[in-house]
Amino acid sequence: MKTSKIGPWIAFTLGALYFIIPLIATFEFSLRLKRGEYSFEAYRIVLGDPRFQATFGYSTLLALATIVIGVLLVVPTAYWIQLRLPKLRPVVEFITLLPLVIPAIVLVFGYLKMYNSSSLLPLTSSPWSTNLLLTFGYVTLALPYMYRAVDTGLRAIDVRTLTEAAESLGAKWPTILFKVILPNVRSALLSGAFLTFAIVIGEFTMAALLDRPAFGPYLQLIGANRAYEPSALAIIAFFVTWACMGLIQVFGRGARGASPETR
Amino acid sequence: MSFLVIEALRKTFGQHAVVEHFDLAAERGEFVSFLGPSGCGKTTTLRMVAGFETPTAGRIRIDGRDVTGLRPNQRNVGMVFQSYALFPNMTVAQNVAFGLKVAGRSAAEIGPRVDEMLKLIKLPHLAERYPYQLSGGQQQRVALARAIAIKPQILLLDEPLSALDAKIRISLREEIKAVQRTLGITTIYVTHDQEEALSMSDRIVVMNEGKAEQIGTPFEIYNYPRTRFVASFVGTLNLLPGKVIDAAAGRIAIDGREVVSSRGLAGAQPGEIRTVALRPEAVTLNDPRADGNRMEGTIEDVAFLGSVVRIRVRFGESSISLDTFNNPSVQPPERGQAVTVCFAHADLQVLQDAA
Ligand SMILES: Nc1ncnc2c1ncn2[C@@H]1O[C@H](COP(=O)(O)OP(=O)(O)O)[C@@H](O)[C@H]1O
Ligand SMILES: [Mg+2]
Repeated sequence: MKTSKIGPWIAFTLGALYFIIPLIATFEFSLRLKRGEYSFEAYRIVLGDPRFQATFGYSTLLALATIVIGVLLVVPTAYWIQLRLPKLRPVVEFITLLPLVIPAIVLVFGYLKMYNSSSLLPLTSSPWSTNLLLTFGYVTLALPYMYRAVDTGLRAIDVRTLTEAAESLGAKWPTILFKVILPNVRSALLSGAFLTFAIVIGEFTMAALLDRPAFGPYLQLIGANRAYEPSALAIIAFFVTWACMGLIQVFGRGARGASPETR
Repeated sequence: MSFLVIEALRKTFGQHAVVEHFDLAAERGEFVSFLGPSGCGKTTTLRMVAGFETPTAGRIRIDGRDVTGLRPNQRNVGMVFQSYALFPNMTVAQNVAFGLKVAGRSAAEIGPRVDEMLKLIKLPHLAERYPYQLSGGQQQRVALARAIAIKPQILLLDEPLSALDAKIRISLREEIKAVQRTLGITTIYVTHDQEEALSMSDRIVVMNEGKAEQIGTPFEIYNYPRTRFVASFVGTLNLLPGKVIDAAAGRIAIDGREVVSSRGLAGAQPGEIRTVALRPEAVTLNDPRADGNRMEGTIEDVAFLGSVVRIRVRFGESSISLDTFNNPSVQPPERGQAVTVCFAHADLQVLQDAA
């Protein structure tokens, strides 16, 4: 008994140290802005920087928009594929994986070529439409994660029979989708949303090349010019990430009966 | 005109015809079972009535209205699935209320209706539970309540008891039947279990390879099967080859011994070989009073089954099994004993197919 438990614990401890030591080191470093004492000065500077507030707010907004569009695009698609067109599944899976194979820089150059101000659809001609273009770009980047999460969630429930049960009770497809299907893939949706959020908050290439005031380019700017503040930013980003994870746990629990393991 | 009319229904998947030449007329309030082995097209037929599959040809009418081209949500049918299919995110009460909510009923109407339904299935105390907190039998009862809450014109059940234990299966079978009788709702019940079909139905449609082999009351199906398939699928039956002697007089020879059947030999040619069927419980042993057919043979086997003793009597090439009730004061007969088996002319069923 004893020997069989020591091995896993050593592995776990090593893994935990591997993740925690750099984190602690970064945190410790971020506190040393003032010579000779620990202080939260770097955090005060970062959080007080209007550019931080502006870029973080901008990226958060875009992340939320990306999540909404992503969900509205992916859920009906995955649902329909599962229900009516299972033969198309490999094709759709291949398409959703493309963003992992095509670098963001290639994508964004493609966008700039397709949608420049002299094209048929000049999305880059105004800041507002460029924001839209950036959001769509983010939807593409997040597609593999969102699709996979939703597809897994849908596979865990009997989509076909639930749909038919609702249909025979008189429901039309918006009701079926929003009242029956969506609530039962809520935890899957939340993990998809969380991954999307993490991707959008840290994204640099697209935002920089489309010249939008996002958090990624700001992070890069601070990182290149300051010493202690980037560490503080890293810790803040980490904190936000963990807060998201915590929220997923809370909401995931709240969806009673929706997750397959509780059935 | 009947309440539910199915005419010349046909369904093909690719080249393969799954349902063919299917006709049925069911009266209002009737309980009809589709009985047949797995893969014979029961579910497909039921799904066409529900609207989940579109017929390749044929018509379906409910209460005079042609529903063949209607979507499931326009048909007002209640459906109960083998896998229960309760909505996992909703409580029992919310599940039952779903169809009423979709129909836009007011909360003042929905509440009492849900209570009434939960009382009907004897689960009013579980209204706030979630499906995963219920046993299989309870889930299926909720599924039944959900289906009938919307007052459907027709209730469709697809093997609703197949996933349950034998004990619950029998009690739930009686409960479903009681609810159906109380509401007087026209019902189609799909099953591969002959006992279920025989005990619950007003009429049974025995299906084989996409066709309705025979439609009749449980009494007719059990006692007077028309084809070899029906005869062998429903109950235990003696099936013997018989050589037609005189079709008009119903005379036929089993293993050289002439017997008479008063049922369905019409159209048979002398010399033709037909399958004859005989229920074990229709045969008596050494009964001096019995008139009708008598055949002499020897006892080959005696099986004591408790309240029933099953005896096999051999005649040359063929043998007949018969059931006698156990009588504590009489020893069962011995193997090798010479006996006379007796059965009425009306009990000898000559089937339509050749032996
Ligand atoms: N969607 C489908 N596509 C192709 N074949 C199907 C489909 N649905 C059913 N079948 C075939 O039709 C036949 C009858 O199926 P089904 O109606 O489910 O039988 P039962 O309910 O009597 O077991 C089976 O051979 C089955 O494989
Ligand atoms: Mg079936």
